[in-house]
Amino acid sequence: MSDHTTEEITPEDDTELAVEAALESRQHHPSDLTYVGIAIILAVFTAIEVGIYYLHPSTWTALSLLFFMMLKFGVVVAYFMHLRFDSPIFRRLFIGGLTLAVVVYTLVLFMFGFYHF
Amino acid sequence: MADVAAHPAQAHDTHHQTATGLSNEKIAMWAFLGSECMLFGALIATFLLYKHRAVAGPTPHSLYDIPFTSVSSFVLLMSSLSMALGVAAIQRGDHRRLRVWLCTTALLGAVFIGGQIYEFTTFIRRGMTIKTNVTSGAFYVLTGFHGVHVTLGIIMLLTLVNFSIRGKIPQAKAEVVEIAGLYWHFVDIVWIIIFTVVYLIP
Repeated sequence: MSDHTTEEITPEDDTELAVEAALESRQHHPSDLTYVGIAIILAVFTAIEVGIYYLHPSTWTALSLLFFMMLKFGVVVAYFMHLRFDSPIFRRLFIGGLTLAVVVYTLVLFMFGFYHF
Repeated sequence: MADVAAHPAQAHDTHHQTATGLSNEKIAMWAFLGSECMLFGALIATFLLYKHRAVAGPTPHSLYDIPFTSVSSFVLLMSSLSMALGVAAIQRGDHRRLRVWLCTTALLGAVFIGGQIYEFTTFIRRGMTIKTNVTSGAFYVLTGFHGVHVTLGIIMLLTLVNFSIRGKIPQAKAEVVEIAGLYWHFVDIVWIIIFTVVYLIP
């Protein structure tokens, strides 16, 4: 029998598949130059955050800081962690954990009177 | 499985001979990182609750050196870049560059840890220990826990460098580096949150 079934895959075939997977994975991921560009954007966002810190503290400065924090978080997760390019299953696992944490601890902070209205 | 195959950008993941067509190790790492969100969520929520409840001694806010911590944050962000470049290098089969980028990442991580040790010793010298008040306790536990994660990441990176030198990370096993990279980037995103929520927002 010459055709390969799942059960008949040899270690050599497995290595070939893995090399192919690594190369294809590389094709789907950003280039080195894109990574450098993303790092520059992240550095600029951090500089803006530090600049905002030195402004007179207000609700707007706090909201701006949270906005830049979420932007930086999203950029790292999407590009450096490849979540934008990888399987939706990985996205669901991570977003699931993150959402659960945000919901649970927001409720905890409410319960303990962290938010005052 | 149909769900997996339906997405064009994930064709590379279907090479794995698993029930989902995805790498079990990578699924495990993402599940672990999802659970780590709960751990750091608890520590951040605790800090926020105790932030203004100190009754004695100096609080972290009165001692912060924002320019210094900003440089530390920048260093950790740049370590994420070098990690991403390391993953890209092994996926191309470039072992020399992999080792260079992994060592760079470990070095930047060590610089960050050095900065954290300096910050902690400065705070202690100025009278804020872990037992001074509830705010300082929550601060040290949160940032200390993050520091332990960075340290574990550095050990992981140096182990990978050692494996690479001994030829144990062929291009076919590029995913091992990618999984270690996921952990490292997670440590970075946790710091992104800590830097804003703990240090910058008054």
